[in-house]
Amino acid sequence: MIRKILVANRGEIAARVFRTAHDLGIATVAVFSDADADLPYVALADEAVRLPGAAPADTYLRADLLIAAARATGADTVHPGYGFLSENAEFAADCAAAGLTFVGPTPDAIASMGSKTRAKALMEAAGVPVLPGVTVEPDVDLATAAARIGFPVLVKAAFGGGGRGMRIVSAPEKLAEAVDSARREAASAFGDGTVFLERYVVDPRHVEVQILGDTHGNVVALFERDCSIQRRYQKIVEECPSPVVDDALRAELSAAAVAAGKAIGYIGAGTVEFVMDDVGSFWFLEVNTRLQVEHPVTELVTGLDLVEQQLRIAEGAPLPDAVTEARIEGHAIEVRLYAETVTREGDGPAVYLPATGTVQRFAIPAGPGLRVDAGVADGSVVGPHYDPMLAKVIAHGATRADAARRLARALRGARIHGVTTNRDLLVAILDDADFLAGRSVRLAPLVRSAAVDPLRAAAAALAESATHRGSASVLSTLPTGWRNVAAHPQRVAYTAGEQPVEVAYRFGRRGVAVEVDGTPLAVTAVSVTPECVVLESAGVRRAFDVHQTEHVVFVDDAAGSAALTRVPRFPDPDAVGHAGSLLAPMPGSVVRVAAQVGAAVVAGQALVVLEAMKMEHTVAAPVDGVLSAVHVTPGDQVESGQPLAVVEVPE
Amino acid sequence: MPRLTSRVDPGSAQFRANHAHQLGLLERLDEQLRLAVAGGGERYVARHRLRGRLTVRERVELLVDPDSPFLELSTLAAWGTPFTVGASVFTGIGVVCGVECVVIGHDPTVRGGAMNPYSLRKTLRALEIARLNRLPVVNLVESGGADLPTQLDLFVPAGRIFHELTELSAMAIPTVALVFGNSTAGGAYVPGMCDYSVLVAEQAKVFLGGPPLVKMATGEEADDEALGGADMHTRVSGLGDHFAVDEHDAIRIGRAIFARLNWRKLGPPPGRAVDPEYDPDEILGILPPDPKVPFDPREVLARTVDGSEFDEYKPRYGTSLVTGWGRVHGFPVGVLANHRGVLFSEEARKAAEFILLANQTDTPLVFLQNTTGYMVGTEYEQGGIIKDGAKMINAVTNSAVPHVTINMASSFGAGNYGMSGRAYDPRLMFAWPGAKLAVMGAAQLAGVLSIVGRASAAAQGKPFDTEADRARAAAVQAQIETESDAFAVTARLYDDGIVDPRDTRTVLGLALSAVASNAVAGRRGFGVFRM
Repeated sequence: MIRKILVANRGEIAARVFRTAHDLGIATVAVFSDADADLPYVALADEAVRLPGAAPADTYLRADLLIAAARATGADTVHPGYGFLSENAEFAADCAAAGLTFVGPTPDAIASMGSKTRAKALMEAAGVPVLPGVTVEPDVDLATAAARIGFPVLVKAAFGGGGRGMRIVSAPEKLAEAVDSARREAASAFGDGTVFLERYVVDPRHVEVQILGDTHGNVVALFERDCSIQRRYQKIVEECPSPVVDDALRAELSAAAVAAGKAIGYIGAGTVEFVMDDVGSFWFLEVNTRLQVEHPVTELVTGLDLVEQQLRIAEGAPLPDAVTEARIEGHAIEVRLYAETVTREGDGPAVYLPATGTVQRFAIPAGPGLRVDAGVADGSVVGPHYDPMLAKVIAHGATRADAARRLARALRGARIHGVTTNRDLLVAILDDADFLAGRSVRLAPLVRSAAVDPLRAAAAALAESATHRGSASVLSTLPTGWRNVAAHPQRVAYTAGEQPVEVAYRFGRRGVAVEVDGTPLAVTAVSVTPECVVLESAGVRRAFDVHQTEHVVFVDDAAGSAALTRVPRFPDPDAVGHAGSLLAPMPGSVVRVAAQVGAAVVAGQALVVLEAMKMEHTVAAPVDGVLSAVHVTPGDQVESGQPLAVVEVPE
Repeated sequence: MPRLTSRVDPGSAQFRANHAHQLGLLERLDEQLRLAVAGGGERYVARHRLRGRLTVRERVELLVDPDSPFLELSTLAAWGTPFTVGASVFTGIGVVCGVECVVIGHDPTVRGGAMNPYSLRKTLRALEIARLNRLPVVNLVESGGADLPTQLDLFVPAGRIFHELTELSAMAIPTVALVFGNSTAGGAYVPGMCDYSVLVAEQAKVFLGGPPLVKMATGEEADDEALGGADMHTRVSGLGDHFAVDEHDAIRIGRAIFARLNWRKLGPPPGRAVDPEYDPDEILGILPPDPKVPFDPREVLARTVDGSEFDEYKPRYGTSLVTGWGRVHGFPVGVLANHRGVLFSEEARKAAEFILLANQTDTPLVFLQNTTGYMVGTEYEQGGIIKDGAKMINAVTNSAVPHVTINMASSFGAGNYGMSGRAYDPRLMFAWPGAKLAVMGAAQLAGVLSIVGRASAAAQGKPFDTEADRARAAAVQAQIETESDAFAVTARLYDDGIVDPRDTRTVLGLALSAVASNAVAGRRGFGVFRM
């Protein structure tokens, strides 16, 4: 029997596990890095153990510290969450060796699924469909092999990556030439011309099946989740059931998943991932031997608590009837709210950059069928060290359309201030006709322009005027900005991201006249307070909620939001940036400095390379000149906007 | 509290006609205000901007607290004279870092901000307002000095500016100079006399003599920066306290100085303010186009005082003058308002008593003028109208509570004095756009001259040329008509500006708050005489 559980993880998943543990009467232990000391999950646990440092390698990846923490607190069980050490067979083994119950499959099962080739072979042997493929050896007849695989065929370098040596072949007559050119390219790029053929799945869908296995040899499939909408290979929208899976296909998927689970003697909660084509053929991708981020959609449609099931399995209980007889009720959709900026230049691809900051306000409206698994609260700091997911918002409805509509409304009504998020993109996905029809969704066209709605800028300025009047020590009851001789309106400047916005307004006998960027707005102010501005435009009233913080004014309304950073009336003369200063475009760590101080540099030359969220970003010289200063060294953590180096143009 | 009940029907034809007439007057006012705002005109403003400089009104807008109200003073100074409307200087009362203060700024687009006799009177009036009401002063300096051709009317009285500045300092009323440009010769004493001075880099020029004068006087070759630049004055002479990198920086520093003044007003803070029950905009429909037609000032008060609540004093006695107590934006006031123009003995005695009572309770007084003066005629002279008028003028003169005066329609004869006209030092004084002010009405004055002329001719046995007299009377009447116009009066600094009647409550609120920067205390020594 579990009495006290340590969650070797952070953020929302730690909070998620604590919630169920507390419901079951189990005591809880959190671990936290220095960066996470003030996050809500730490306070939620009964006890908490500090992991000194911030980098994952110093904290949440330190099996020794985690086991020591369990010992220090008397925890008898370790839940690994997802990510970090959750699929680390060695950690699972260490826990067992330390006498701790590891909530998850056996170290062997984890290890067997850790190797892609081994997993694929195992699954093929168990009768689970795997993507057909063959290595092009001298004795292989290309035409036969390709015919068996089926077109289109992907020609891929065996030892390579990054798309080089890769060809998509749609018809047999083009195969030979493609293989030859891929070989040549692979040979020159990777020193080995070996290529292989694999079925190329056009417009693939990512469908996965939740499985539970107990210690009595039972494995049950708890239906599929469709996680086809991804950005940068990370899922952002997940749902259950999949809009493209019917009962027959579901049965096939479930059978394949149960077969996969049984093949490795799976214990606990796991996920069998498949790639599926447009006619419903599917092939094994991998098994995730842990609880998935997106497990709540399965929970909402089945009414099960998967963490509870994990804990009961860990206690040795057989799967209950509730699990073996689970059914899908309605439809659930989850979105992942990330701290990130989503932008798009013209018709180019969408660009996602992780964002950091202090969450000034985090509130998502409650409602029927809505669930929020959040890792942050008001005041939480989102740093550069970990995955920037703020929360998962999940909606359950009788139908898919109901769930999508509920979720979109909840997101629109959310108040998330202080960090930029992908909220607008998520709302756009949920509103998208292709998404609602169950078709595949192209994300880039859904990225909205960064332009600020002039009404929101106006609302910000007017709310600030109300604050000024309310806090005035003298003449506070006189009309706002009253002048007996009208010369200039009140002017307020903001920036929204990079974009400047200027609001000019004047309160007069007939209400307030507002201009945004020089264009008069045809609005009347129905009411103006520091927290809420109601504007009427063409007979329609819209209420804007305003949250004023030290530097930023946040405006939310039913249609969206804006974060407007005040441009001070008086720029601090000491803070004016040195011309030619190169500023960090995002928070991250310095990987390398590519030029010496004093060196002549040319425009476009890489000077500093940053790593943020596993991606490298190059900061290049803006002009030809001399690198006169470098303010960072490799390994430094930098904040967004921090000066990195200075390029001076010789006179 | 008794609440005033309006008898005005905003739907009536008379109301609409009155309203339309007043809007015409206001359009005429706006036209002139726009001229003052335009300063030296498009060409000079463009040239000023091209040099990267802000206009005086832009400087003021940056200086004052966001969204705070601002009362500009004497905007139409020099109207109807050869000088530019506004007289090349800007003055007003505003709020800087929560401190009500007087702002005086040269308009460098008007002849380089050079000072003429009207600019001087306007500046001195602003300094007087600062001194009487204990308001800190900010000078926004950029002036080429004296408009030399006018030196005869300027040089001697202009010395008073520095006298006033240093006297303010002696009274612990802070003075600040933000120097944006030329501040030379006499002008150099403005930063020299102020408690705080901020000089803008590469713009401020503060010296007694510029390079040509120095060359003539001593033969020395010197440049502007060495003689009076911001860098030199903040590092070498010490005349400048702060070096500002640009105009915005100077204003930022100016605000920082105000934030550290540790300023406390000496007057009482306002109570809770309540809007009037009636719309102040309706005042326009109350005013008859013909100033000879009286109107009930209670209709104005119903649209001016808090909650339209007004406690009338002696409502059944001396009914040609309305007196009573109310509040404006939370400030308690005693109001004296002419009702039917003429002041009789009863009105004069009632006024004198009321003023004494206000002094007993330290209550500021608001005078709403619409008077043709004290009554003349045998009955009234024999009834002692001079003695009663003298009581009222005595009381007004020796009243020590702040007075704020507004000429609503007419201010003639000794009625102007008794109703706290300019010579009786009201802290602030304004007029509505249709108001008239003179020793007497133009027609009466012309008629009097005619009668006197005819009598004189008769006494000397000379023939009286009736035709010539008629022409002369017409000319005199036209001249007086022009001179008694509100624009001509304000042009000569006989009031502090013409205000929109609809803004009366706001103007009074701002004025009453400003005067409360100083202690509000009535005259003591005698009891209240029952007259």
